[in-house]
Amino acid sequence: MERLLFFARRCGKAVLVILFVIAINFALIRAAPGDPATILAGESGAVDAGFVERVRKDYGLDRPLPVQLFTYMKQLLSFDLGNSYRENRPVKEIILEKLPATLLLTLSAFVFSIAVGVGLGIAAARRAGSALDALITAGSLVFFAMPLFWFGLLAIVLFSVKLGWLPPYGMSTVGADLEGWRAWLDTARHLLMPAATLGLFYVAVYTRVTRAAAMEVMDQDFVKTAHAKGVPESRIWRRHILRNAILPVITFVSLQAGHILGGSVLVETVFAWPGIGRLAFDALFQRDYNLLLAVFFVSSVMVVVFNLVADLLYSLADPRIELQK
Amino acid sequence: MQLIRHLGLALATTLAMAAAHVQAQTQVPKSGGTLNLIVQPEPPGINLGNAKLGPSSFVGSKIYEGLVSLSPKLEPIARLAESWSISPDGKTYTFKLRPHVKWHDGQPFTSADVVFSFTQYLPATFARTKLIMEQVEAVSAPDAGTVVFKLKQPYPAFMLIFEATGGTIMPKHLYEGVSDYRTTTVNNTIVGTGPFKLGEWRRGAFIRLVKNPDYWDKGKPYIDNLYFHIVPDAVGRSIAFESGKVDAIRAGDVENFEIARLAAAPGATLSKAGWEFLQPMAFLNMNLRKKPLDDKRFRQAIAHALDRQFIIKNIFSTFGEPVNGPFTNGYAFKDASVETRYAYDVAKAKALLDEMGLKPGPDGTRAELRLLPLPYGETWQRLAEYTRERLGAVGIKTTIVATDVPGWFSRLSAGDFDLAYNFVYLLGDPSIGINQTYLSTNQLNRGTAANVDGYVNPEIDALLVKADRELQRGERARLYAQVQRTLSADLPILWTHQMVMPTVYRSKVKNLITTGMGMNENFADVWVDK
Repeated sequence: MERLLFFARRCGKAVLVILFVIAINFALIRAAPGDPATILAGESGAVDAGFVERVRKDYGLDRPLPVQLFTYMKQLLSFDLGNSYRENRPVKEIILEKLPATLLLTLSAFVFSIAVGVGLGIAAARRAGSALDALITAGSLVFFAMPLFWFGLLAIVLFSVKLGWLPPYGMSTVGADLEGWRAWLDTARHLLMPAATLGLFYVAVYTRVTRAAAMEVMDQDFVKTAHAKGVPESRIWRRHILRNAILPVITFVSLQAGHILGGSVLVETVFAWPGIGRLAFDALFQRDYNLLLAVFFVSSVMVVVFNLVADLLYSLADPRIELQK
Repeated sequence: MQLIRHLGLALATTLAMAAAHVQAQTQVPKSGGTLNLIVQPEPPGINLGNAKLGPSSFVGSKIYEGLVSLSPKLEPIARLAESWSISPDGKTYTFKLRPHVKWHDGQPFTSADVVFSFTQYLPATFARTKLIMEQVEAVSAPDAGTVVFKLKQPYPAFMLIFEATGGTIMPKHLYEGVSDYRTTTVNNTIVGTGPFKLGEWRRGAFIRLVKNPDYWDKGKPYIDNLYFHIVPDAVGRSIAFESGKVDAIRAGDVENFEIARLAAAPGATLSKAGWEFLQPMAFLNMNLRKKPLDDKRFRQAIAHALDRQFIIKNIFSTFGEPVNGPFTNGYAFKDASVETRYAYDVAKAKALLDEMGLKPGPDGTRAELRLLPLPYGETWQRLAEYTRERLGAVGIKTTIVATDVPGWFSRLSAGDFDLAYNFVYLLGDPSIGINQTYLSTNQLNRGTAANVDGYVNPEIDALLVKADRELQRGERARLYAQVQRTLSADLPILWTHQMVMPTVYRSKVKNLITTGMGMNENFADVWVDK
């Protein structure tokens, strides 16, 4: 019951946060020069001034800004995201079309970074001071410092152009028309480089955080007591060290949720991955207000959900943490 | 001895070229296969009646057709019209349509579709056609296979409006009665008469066109599948070609400095042809409403301060030709002999500024200007930086205003700039391409190819209007020579260069560029030598 109340409260706050994000973005994008009408006019080659006015009126862009915001919010509360100016179809349809690709990419990157990062962090902590520790620490420093897009491009040149092992871009092989497990395998091959690129920065973060936390916990009295009692090494690591060392990792997980969506804009562009990150990029350059705001809406919902999950994990990993606080 | 060796080499080269030409001519096209291309950026739509931007035209021109296409010399080539005639007074155009042509949904194509397209659909969606159709008194269809256009006055460039990307023929049976052609759900069904039909559009990934088995030109198209890959990153597009994923790279897909490397790959061919209709021209817009840009001497100083040969060679990687006036080389009625030339001469630039009384201040600054770069990638950014540096050398302090495409468009078309880089298509004939940029009646909020500079010259207005209606070619040439003489002396715009647009493709692809429409041709004749 306590947990339920906690989540009800958090969800209420989350709705307010999302509405605030939308309002800020609404004002920001309209502050940029150019609107959908001028873009459409530009694409028509030569236009008369009446055309621009007509398009503005059709899209409701001629009304005062607060009125536009109020109308948008009202629509949003009834889950109506409006129509894309650019593609002339419901924004909801476009988002749902692209969301699975982004979820596949970001969740793969998420799982990859946690699994590999925590694994390497523990390996380094267990053999602190060894050559393996030095290698892992140095490697994580490199990935921590390297920009995402740069790593992505280098990976494409090496694995696609030079070695020919992995496809350079896209989510599936164009024209192959594969089905069943072959299609899955094809997508997995396409996913490998973008997911690794997106996840590597956080692999480095988790490696360093896990290593530091594990080494701190290793020196605690309760671990020494466990050793003195003759508890098997693997059990000490699993039950005592890892469980305590994982708390700072969870803190970073909720931070990663926000960053990973930002990163997906870059990675989806470099690898031509057809997700909402790229959609945001395109929508911005086309001043497709409704589409861009919808992407922001979906992104903020995703970040809020990730944070809620992180809070839940916190309480599961350490029962001493009380939810209402 | 050396002469003989040169002659021998020349003979051998000529023979080799002749042999290659004969071989290309005698090769029998092979049916089947797939052609992989890149469309960049992903088009908002491929209904060619509504979407006229480059990417839409590239894909849509394979699905939709016009009455004619245009040869490299811009002579009409039969497409949906089998033949045509023009009355001696230049006011009546009669088209005989090709019989037994079917729309992709199986309905017959008739003269009613042509009348509908030019009187209702295109004037509502495409400003250029709307403007030109204002010169037409009536469009009629005496029978299912004939269309007659009656003009109010002669318009010698009229045949240029019937190619597929501008004069797209739309299906009347689908659109009749529709109130808004842009937003109707009918647009979800793509129906043309062209050699290819829409197979699948996986947004963000690719567009697949498939062979139209009922195409009117029997045996064509040769290709079974056309894939347009969507690759948003310029480096990714280079890699797509290098790794063999795609068979051709169009101008603008990659930066110019990448072209030489890609063209040097084994089995790659470089072509600069196919831009005869579009005629791209790069220039620096100068806002004549503002001081000191309203003074001709100041504009001339800018012209002398920039080394345009350097721009072509080092910034555009040799893909450009120098020009000294508003007409590109090879454009109709081009007359280089009447143009004023502005050589790269820093001393002369400074002297002109001195003459105006613009003496350098304590920091060497004579004037300050804002420069709007063209946000189309690295090459244009470098051009803006070069301009800032060179103008600084003569005392014109220039601030680059960073912007994205919508911002650039909005500022330029509203006249909110001092200097702005731009490029426009001259579209086959001065009555289309020159009028839009220099007529005083076509100024703000009419797109970026309009007279955004605010150039007002009654002499030019009168000459352009007169040349529009002049049937005698010699007289038109005389009028346009005067236009070129006046404009290049007045320098309302600084023409940096005529853009040369490279296409790199694999040599196994045959007949890729054969007409003046270039890559916007319908690809019915393209085949792959497997």
